Amino acid sequence: MSRALKIELGRRYHFSASHRLHTPQLSEEENCRVFGKCNNPYGHGHNYIVEVSMSGDVDPATGMIANLADLDAFVERQVLEEFDHKSLNEDVPAFRERVPTTENLCIEIFQRLKSFPKAKLERIHVEETGNNSFEYAGDNREGNQP
Amino acid sequence: MVFLTRKIEFSASHRYHNPNLSVEENRRIFGKCNNPHGHGHNYTLQVTIEGEPDPVTGMVLDLKELKEILEREVMQRMDHRHLNYEVAELAGQIPTCENIARVIWQLLEPKITQGRLQRVRLYESPDLFADCYRNGSNGAGKS
Repeated sequence: MSRALKIELGRRYHFSASHRLHTPQLSEEENCRVFGKCNNPYGHGHNYIVEVSMSGDVDPATGMIANLADLDAFVERQVLEEFDHKSLNEDVPAFRERVPTTENLCIEIFQRLKSFPKAKLERIHVEETGNNSFEYAGDNREGNQP
Repeated sequence: MVFLTRKIEFSASHRYHNPNLSVEENRRIFGKCNNPHGHGHNYTLQVTIEGEPDPVTGMVLDLKELKEILEREVMQRMDHRHLNYEVAELAGQIPTCENIARVIWQLLEPKITQGRLQRVRLYESPDLFADCYRNGSNGAGKS
């Protein structure tokens, strides 16, 4: 394959989860002011979409950067099993100490997927709603979008 | 720099099968994409061109011209075709999103004479796509 060109595989996954934006480092009033209705005490939920971008050499035998079955199983195990139909605050240890904003969610998902053995994780893009989306590429500057 | 993206859709059939592998290996690697009579998708192609707008026309590239290039290079070759049997550029390759995106890049790149091709993104379904761009460019463009 020509090294002049770079190929990426993009795959979207869906999960639904609840969260509450609240930090013990702020007072009740400040939490309410900063986070607005996202600070409501019993939390609320979203249908999240996670877009995973992987790069690598296309195997001439399969035409693939990575076998989708392998990628799907990895994302299922590393992210979806633990996040889908859960409370991010209560069920995901990383968010006991950190506010489960979608910025932090992007970083957490990136950390969980960067060890995929068969391709290089370029970036994670998360849509919290159709109107809000976030992206994280780690230290991989080339992975950042213009 | 301004980025201009045009989207087109085409429908085609394909099958994943490598004649150098056994029946069992083909089945294991490609799963139902290996079914003998193939299957099809509605593909969505997004082509992004980068450049500075012409001071007279205000355009990076005349969209009419891009539309004609896409019609000639992609639609006529691939729309309502079987990608394994009817697209010469894919002969001997498994017609995955990755390979089709690269072939489309190679077809389009020399035809774009105003601005330059920045990214080809090909969706096989809303949840699966491949990007092709110049290595080292800040490629993955705008979603």
